[in-house]
Parts: sequence; C-alpha cells; structure tokens
Amino acid sequence: MRGRLKIFLGYAAGVGKTYQMLDEGQARAKAGVDVVIGYFEPHKRIDTIAKTEGLETIARRLIEYRGTKLEEMDVSAILARRPQLALVDELPHTNVPGSEHEKRWEDVIVLLNAGIDVYTTMNIQHLESLNDQVHQFTGVQVRETVPDWFMREADEVVLVDLTPGALLNRLDRGAVYATEKAAKARENFFKLPTLVALRELALRQTAQEVDVRAHAAPEGPQEKVLAVVTESPATAMVIRRARRVASYLMAEAFAVYVGSPSGEVDKHLSFARNLHFETRVLSGEDAAAAIVDFAHRNGITQILINRPVGRRDLVFRLLQLAKDFQVTVVGHSL
Amino acid sequence: MPTMSYTRPDPEKLLRQIESDESRQTRGSLKIFLGYASGVGKSFRMLDEGRRRKMRGEDVVVAATQKERPAAVECLIEKLESIRVKLVDGHPVLDMDAILRRHPQVAIIDGLAYDNPPGWRTKSRWQDVDILLKTGISVITSLNIKYVEELAEPVAKITGRRATVTVPQSFLLSADEIVVVDAPVELEHQLADLREMALLLAADVVDRQLQNYLSSHGLEHSYGALERILVCITPRGDAETMIRRAQRQAARFHGEMHVCYVDQPNLSDDDKRKLDQLMAVARSMGGKTEVLAHEDTVTAIRRHAKEIDATQIFVGHSNRDNWWSRLRGNPVERLILESEGIDVRVFPHA
Repeated sequence: MRGRLKIFLGYAAGVGKTYQMLDEGQARAKAGVDVVIGYFEPHKRIDTIAKTEGLETIARRLIEYRGTKLEEMDVSAILARRPQLALVDELPHTNVPGSEHEKRWEDVIVLLNAGIDVYTTMNIQHLESLNDQVHQFTGVQVRETVPDWFMREADEVVLVDLTPGALLNRLDRGAVYATEKAAKARENFFKLPTLVALRELALRQTAQEVDVRAHAAPEGPQEKVLAVVTESPATAMVIRRARRVASYLMAEAFAVYVGSPSGEVDKHLSFARNLHFETRVLSGEDAAAAIVDFAHRNGITQILINRPVGRRDLVFRLLQLAKDFQVTVVGHSL
Repeated sequence: MPTMSYTRPDPEKLLRQIESDESRQTRGSLKIFLGYASGVGKSFRMLDEGRRRKMRGEDVVVAATQKERPAAVECLIEKLESIRVKLVDGHPVLDMDAILRRHPQVAIIDGLAYDNPPGWRTKSRWQDVDILLKTGISVITSLNIKYVEELAEPVAKITGRRATVTVPQSFLLSADEIVVVDAPVELEHQLADLREMALLLAADVVDRQLQNYLSSHGLEHSYGALERILVCITPRGDAETMIRRAQRQAARFHGEMHVCYVDQPNLSDDDKRKLDQLMAVARSMGGKTEVLAHEDTVTAIRRHAKEIDATQIFVGHSNRDNWWSRLRGNPVERLILESEGIDVRVFPHA
C-alpha cells in the first residue's frame, strides 16, 4: 500500500514549517509509530534543532560533484531501514547532478511507493503554476518548483501560518537567518507587502486543497482546457496558467503544437507532460484550423494562448474560427 | 521586475487615505485568532501571544476568558494581570469602566461573539471591543467561524445548527492581523468545509491589509493573489452566458466577479433596460457592477480593470458578417493588444 503524504505548507522561510513537522513527528513517535528523519536542514535554528532530539536520523549520502562533496537524502538507506514514517525537509530541493532523481519530490515518490508515510515541507512560491505570479511581484524567478499534481496527490496539506509582522520580528532577532543573510533577505522576499501577498496565496491554496479533498468535481458541464504551444518562451506561462485554470475547474488539460516541433517546442511539450497535460503534435497548413478541429473532436471548452505579437497573429485567426468555445489570451508579459 | 510604480493619487483616494491614516494612528490594533472548531487551541495561542508580548515589555491585561479552561490555558492566565468580566443576569459582560480606567496597551478578550444582556449599553461584545480600539487600546481576541454573521447560513447548512450570536464580517475585515488556528483534519467533511471557510475569510482579511498598505503608501501594484473577473457586457452579446461562466469561475477560484458596460450615446432605452437588468442579475449573484462613463470603450474598460485590479477580462465578439475585414480598430483586438498583464477571455457570439 502506498504511504500517506502530508505537506506542511508555508509562505516564507522562518514561519515554522520544519518545527511543526518535527513536532508532529515527535507526537507520532510517542504514539508508537516508527519515525525517522530522512532529511533535515538545521539552518542553525536552535529551537528547531532541539525538536529532533530522540528521533533517529538517517545519515545523508555523500556525493562528489566536480571535486566538492555534497550531501543528499539517502533514499536507499531509508528504504533499507523501512520506517513507518519519514520526515523529509525542503521538498522542492534539486539534487546534485548524478543523483538518482533530479528532484527531492521524486525521491519522496519512491518512499511513498514503498509504503512509507512521508511528512514534508515547502513554501507556496515553489508551486509550479504560481511561478509567473510570484515572479511578477517578487522579481524572483523561483527555479525549484513542485508540480501541482504532486500537491494534489498529497493526503493532507496543512498551512503553517504566522503573521508577516511576527515573521519580520523573527528575522530581525536573527531567528531565521544569520545577520548578513537576513539583511539580504529583507531586500528580496522579506518585504511586508510581498509577504502579505505570499501569505494570501498560501491561505487560498490551502483552502483550495481542502476543497478538492472534501468535494467531488463541481456541477455543470465538464471543462476541458487546451494550451496552444508555440516557439515563444512565453509558452511556459500559458502552460502554467492553463494548469492553474484546469486544476481549479478540475478539468482535463491538453497542449498542442501545429507543425514539426523544434527543440524549443519539444521542451515546452515535455514541460507540459510533466505537469500532466496530454500533449499532441498536429499537422496542417492552417494552424488555427488544425487547433479548432482538434478542439471540436476533443470537446475542448477553453483555449489558452500567448499574447499576440502583431495584428496578423494566430490569436486573431483563432478568434475568427472559434465559434463554440472560449479563447483566453494569457496576459503575462515577459 | 516588480511592476510597482508611483502614481499621482486621485484626490478622493488621498482624502480617504489621510482619514484612514489618522484613525490608524489613534486606533488600537485588532488581532483575531480565527478557529473553525472548539478545542483547536485558540485560547492557548492567544494567551501565549499575550505572555510573549508582556515579556517584550508591553502592558497586557486579560479582560475576558472562557468559562471552561484547560490547565495549560489556566497556567497562562495566572501569569498575566486580569480584569474579570461582570456577571449581569448570568451574562458575562466586559467591565468596560475598569478596562478604560486601567487603559492597558493590550487587552486580551477571549470570545468575541458574546451578546450583552438585553438593555445593556451595547448589544454585543464586538461593539465594546470597537470602543476599546477607538480609545487606543489594542485588542487580541478569538472567534469561531460559525459566529460570522454572513457565514451563519452556510455554516448552519453544514452543522445543522444556527448560531444565535454573530459578528459582522465587516468588523473582521477591519482587523490588522488575523491568524487561522488550523487544526489538521483527517478528511472529515463537516470540519473540512468550515476549515475552508476560515482560510478564505482570513485570505480576504489579508487581501484587505495588502490593499490598505498599498493605498497608504501611494503604491499601485498588482499581486493578483485574488482572482478578479471583469465581465464587459453589451446589449447584443450573450451576456448571460458570460456572467454565468464568470460567476462559476469566480466561485471556483473564490474570487470576485465585476460586471460593467460602457454608457455609449448610441444605446437605445431598450438596450439600457436590458443591460441594467443584466447588471441586477449579476448583483443578485454577488457581483459588483459599474456603468462606465463614455469615452473610448477600450480605454474605459482598461481603466476600470486597473482600478479593481482585475486578473481576467471577459468580452464577447461576434463572428457575423466579414468580421475579419472589419478587424482594423476592432475593440476586442485592441483590448487584447493593450491589456498586458491581464488575461482576456473572448466569448464567441452567434
């Protein structure tokens, strides 16, 4: 049987995700569950480190990369140890090249498939479909992301909440980062309006996660969403936006490209597949006609597409042909 | 890059801002611990914050506690100064005279949603709290989601019981800080619904804080954390479908629906009647409506979208005639080209 996954979701470093995860791990251990720490990032936070006391920690694996020794979670060692519950910090982490999986969330899937329950931590800004929005208001392009379906498959998502005022206090007291790093953080994520906005996103996402677990799909016609892939780098934004819309509407998601795919297009298509889109490459002289035909045959209700670059853009041709579905021009700018 | 920009504030906005700044300077701050079930630890969290604030040198007084108190809560209360509630005909009532005389920096009031006895100066405890805030006392308080007036109906549907005392949502939205005391629930549907409501209410309070911060700092900034759909209707399109879809999507995203039309001189009386009926329908669905003064249609829509911080604009367009040939200067096309940063969703009209 697959293990159960619980995500402790926060909106910034220092809100107390790891602390709460360890606290609940301790409680489970006390209740007789066999708990190990699979990966833990101490960050020199004394209170948090104290919470690991009495819990067994699986030693990290040393991986040599370009002459440097780096440490990663030792998945094989955890599998060999076979605990009932593993605590795994920092879910969005990218492993050192040469590791078995590129991402820590992929390691977590291995543990879950082996029947081990996992508690893990992440911040809202690492959710793939929010990447552009977060970039827009923080100026930071988050590189380490977790696909939305991974969070959707979690058995439970718990919000670890703290008011931004209290978080900034913690930061200033040096409870989050060392002084130098704290000052730098103040210039980036740790601005009051940014934290407030991230917190709002986390609250809304948690509400949504509660919603989909408690209720069946909404009434009304089943929606199907189609993202149009082009060469443009902005396609990634269309895919993320389509992902978000599809998740909220509990709709199926498709991505299509018309023509013979270049390397860029292949990247977009594989990105879409990673986010659980069904992808297709269509042929046809008239791209708009091919897309509309595909949409008809597959019962698409909404098409999402890049902003036009000129007046002769595919968008306008598509609008002309789209008689029975809606076309959304995704507004994000590069 | 963040799209933050300084803009010349409009005079009315400025006035509102000055007024709100003034009231904020003298008004105490309100912090609410919001829960969705009893026994999730609201009282403990609240009093623990009181303890920490006292340690940091703030002048904290406990002005109301719950009747039943677990040992851990009792232990915290003992560490703090208390002004006991008065019992009037068996109703616990804040001892307002004593609190105002003592005038602490922070008053801890467990249980915001009490009614005062009939004939008392104020009907409800939240009104007493409002008075304390006005005199500059900050208040930390706790509330169960089931006592929020606007949520009484949906909560009653879930729990089968209707709360007899309520606090208006507008009072909660004025809070400076809100914390959801989020006890994890293992997929128990009834609690899950209440938990969702609490999270969304908190998100609304947080959204209000963000808007206040931005307006008081003269910043215009789009965060788009809340989905706001602006539906632009015309007398000839299938406006009803657009409104229905927008309402459904707004509900799914827990966002807002706004509906507008541009008051053009060529609108007949019949057209206006039809549009106003549609606006009424939108309002009955919880939408906000606005008739935009005539100027260039696209400019009017874009300005309104910016004002309400819209994330999506819904428009209709017709495929009739040789639409393609009339494309030059087509408003839908222009709207798409000029609405950077906002999704434009185009609905086909027969």
